[in-house]
Amino acid sequence: MLTILFDGIAYGMLLFVLACGLSVTLGLMNFVNLAHGAFAMAGGYATALLMNRAGLPFLLTLPFAFGLPALAGLVLERILYRPLYGRPHLDQVLFSIGLVFMAVSGTDWALGSGQQFIRLPAWLQGRAEVLGVPVGLYRSFIIVVCGVLVVALQLVLSRTRFGSRLRASVDDPRVARGLGIDVGRIFALTFAVGSGLAGLGGALGAEILGLDPTFPLKIMIYVLIVVTVGGTSSIAGPFLAALLLGVADVAGKYYVPSLGAFVIYAVMIAILVLRPQGLFARAR
Amino acid sequence: MSAPPPGLAAVEAGFAARARLRLVEPALALVAVACFFAFPDRHLLMAEIAVLALFALSLDLILGYAGIVSLGHAAFLGLGAYAAGIVAVRVTPDPLLGLAAAGIVGGLAGLATSPLVLRGADLTRLMVTLGVALVMGEIANRESWLTGGADGLQGIAMGPVLGFEFDIVGRVANAYALAVLVVLALLARLVVLSPFRASLVAIRDNPLRARAVGIPVNRRLVAIYGLSAAYAGVAGGLLCQTTQFVSLDVFGFERSADVLLVLVIGGTGWLYGGLVGAVLFKLLVDALSSLTPQYWHFWIGLILVVLVLVGRDRMRDGARRLVGRLGPPRTAP
Amino acid sequence: MDRRLVLAAALGLAAAAALPARAQEVAKIGLILPMTGPFASTGKQIEAAVKLFQARNGDTAGGRKVQVILKDDGGTADVTKRLAQELIVNDKVVAIAGFGLTPLALAAAPLATQAKVPAIVMAAATSTVTEASPFVVRTSFTLAQVTVPMAEWAARDGIRKVVTLVSDYGPGIDAEKAFTEVFTKAGGTVENLRVPLRNPDFSPFLQRAADAKPDAVFVFTPSGVGAQFMKQFVERGLDKGGIRLISTGDVVDDDILNDMGDAALGVVSTHHYSAAHDSAENKAFVEAFRKAAGFRPNFMAVGGWDGMQALYAGLDATKGQGGQALVDAIKGTTWTSPRGLLTIDGATRDVVQSVYVRKVERKDGELWNVEFGSSPAVKDPVKAAKAP
Repeated sequence: MLTILFDGIAYGMLLFVLACGLSVTLGLMNFVNLAHGAFAMAGGYATALLMNRAGLPFLLTLPFAFGLPALAGLVLERILYRPLYGRPHLDQVLFSIGLVFMAVSGTDWALGSGQQFIRLPAWLQGRAEVLGVPVGLYRSFIIVVCGVLVVALQLVLSRTRFGSRLRASVDDPRVARGLGIDVGRIFALTFAVGSGLAGLGGALGAEILGLDPTFPLKIMIYVLIVVTVGGTSSIAGPFLAALLLGVADVAGKYYVPSLGAFVIYAVMIAILVLRPQGLFARAR
Repeated sequence: MSAPPPGLAAVEAGFAARARLRLVEPALALVAVACFFAFPDRHLLMAEIAVLALFALSLDLILGYAGIVSLGHAAFLGLGAYAAGIVAVRVTPDPLLGLAAAGIVGGLAGLATSPLVLRGADLTRLMVTLGVALVMGEIANRESWLTGGADGLQGIAMGPVLGFEFDIVGRVANAYALAVLVVLALLARLVVLSPFRASLVAIRDNPLRARAVGIPVNRRLVAIYGLSAAYAGVAGGLLCQTTQFVSLDVFGFERSADVLLVLVIGGTGWLYGGLVGAVLFKLLVDALSSLTPQYWHFWIGLILVVLVLVGRDRMRDGARRLVGRLGPPRTAP
Repeated sequence: MDRRLVLAAALGLAAAAALPARAQEVAKIGLILPMTGPFASTGKQIEAAVKLFQARNGDTAGGRKVQVILKDDGGTADVTKRLAQELIVNDKVVAIAGFGLTPLALAAAPLATQAKVPAIVMAAATSTVTEASPFVVRTSFTLAQVTVPMAEWAARDGIRKVVTLVSDYGPGIDAEKAFTEVFTKAGGTVENLRVPLRNPDFSPFLQRAADAKPDAVFVFTPSGVGAQFMKQFVERGLDKGGIRLISTGDVVDDDILNDMGDAALGVVSTHHYSAAHDSAENKAFVEAFRKAAGFRPNFMAVGGWDGMQALYAGLDATKGQGGQALVDAIKGTTWTSPRGLLTIDGATRDVVQSVYVRKVERKDGELWNVEFGSSPAVKDPVKAAKAP
């Protein structure tokens, strides 16, 4: 069933965009940021509000969905996150869960606890036949956007000076610092971009996953699954993991709906038992 | 082994010294008893705190003493709760038997799933334990003939505990929960002040070196994980018996996350962290959620953030200095 | 003589002084709702309705001042139970009310029995809730109650083959059972699918439904999730493939209906309340509610409103007495609510009400569930089947 494969890939791509920022911050700064989903929610709300209240078209809101969370990430990294690098993971968990609580409650207070809806433009609604396979237009759009993002990220990482510095800092921040790389600035930039990507993921995913104040909690588990299964040392790892999980989830629910809820967890446990460092991590 | 190595006597004396009761421990028990009589209209909250404290204690056994992080400890809490509930509905209304069943089921499940958590780094463990809890929750949802499914387990009616009927004010429930907590805390104290603990701490701090000095790392970890799961099972059983109700949320992610918060607030690795954390957390939640039923999460979040930023070590050290040197022995986290 | 007069005057004065003191006596009602977490919108709707009720009908009933104490259980059953117990024991409430979900109501029910305190269920919709205690009174609905008319309507309207798609938990299974039973009896064929509660993406289930090529898909999900489902239903082109979407009213929840967009247009559903219900009571209710709360009332709100109505009626009839007398007074009462005529069944303490068939239409620039048919005085079919 190609349609199932297609749906799975679209779902996986979405998971990847939501998760890749976390994967990088975790790998780079060794920071367990459970508040990642809050940035995704910020992106989703930016799009929803700009569309519904300011009347902007969907596409034009996407830069905001990226930019606003990125800006928020930049500021928060400066004043809140930075003092906590190098602190025990438990401190970071405590701190970021606190942030999630505040984000959830604050959003509830400011914008209400109901669902926010995004009205897609007409050209993204419905479906089309491609090579005899009916595909949803919006899901195709997600695949295209995310595909472009993956390629761009990979190029930035492997071809640019910033990328090589980033990789060096991930591999060994001490040596990187010794070589004169401003690791702090790289941290800040990466954190901002990661938050922005999460925001973009939130905006793109709002239509499929639903958007309400509990969004950060709802997606936290899925995002963490992708990151752990994919490992944190590259872009390719989480990407392939997200695709795998997306396809497995959708296919599992289609073919054995009675066991649908188990599939994604079972796959994750199996993979982690066999490869505790993640599916695609380099041995350390 | 041939002749005992020279320093052994000193080491044994060290263990014996640790095992002596510190001043603070009977003091804690006294405070608990005093609260029991001082706040007759908050028995239920106190029972809830006792259950949460026991649950946090069970997590402390693996987190504080063996360095195993878990985001799915509710798996064992839930199993224990359902075990106690099902025993009460189908076998006997006797609470103590139900509690024993809860502990055994929890412990066995812990032993059975321990191979999954032996490998991997923190993050892997977090996710595997979380996955186990979520799968258990799904199973409980599916097997509704046994568990009552999403409606919760119906018809739990507890018999009297040692001749005392559970009353609506919750006095017996509270006394029962406190008693179980005290007994199990004392038991845990025996365990964590034994050489067994020393080997665990060695494993936590450096598994490779521990293996090199001849500690059977895996067996020790399996043992403590099983014990911790059994404790969590008992906590679940207690939860079920004091509220006489079980529903699927006992497996929920929120439970696992809450208990982790509680433990981190109270401090890991000194056995009473769970208790302190549970008291602080519950009182805070109770007060805030009465003040603003809608937005109390915000204030909890703010407090957590400030707690971390100010540094919980600093705050606790301050508190310690106040208490003086009464505190029980503690290992650095 | 004079003395006697003075005495009488003094007595009269004392009585007069005592009277307002009596009136100042407070009847407390414990309102336990999920105000945080995924079901927070249920809590907000009911809370707003309860506030509005008191604002419009005054805060005295049966000669006593009625004070509502709001507590948040976050949707967790053992917290509900503790709060209920504390409200009963410490605050001495005359009734507990609220209960956003079935397990929450079931957790508190034994307490109601034990303490002889009425429990007014304003939301939870599984049939068994009222059987859990003789002190439970329900003013919301049961899922079977609103599902059976859907199955009957579908069979009448020429639908022959249906795929049911429900959330995999108590109410969902109730709905699935009720629909399947009635619809197969009417000669239709049904295929059942269940969706896990924690499920972000409906695509595999929708694809399965599409592959079965039914005449219609019947769906039940908790309200927020329903919107997601509907959008994906349209996105997948099932509507253009000639498959109709029929549902219970939870899916086209008035609270969020207007934001769902054109995807919702034409969906046929059955439910006991629509904000578009055409009556003077409802028009006044909706207008006042929107003014006070800032959003449109949905079926949760009307459950809360009628819960207060039942309590006030009971308190008035018993002169403020609680316990058994209060439940007995509420049993069998009938009143006209924003949703239409409503009776509390004297035997089951469950709600008997009209169930309407509605279709989503655009009116005055907003989406509404416009009613076009109704089955009057529907009892909960599950309990009706059990009765001898």
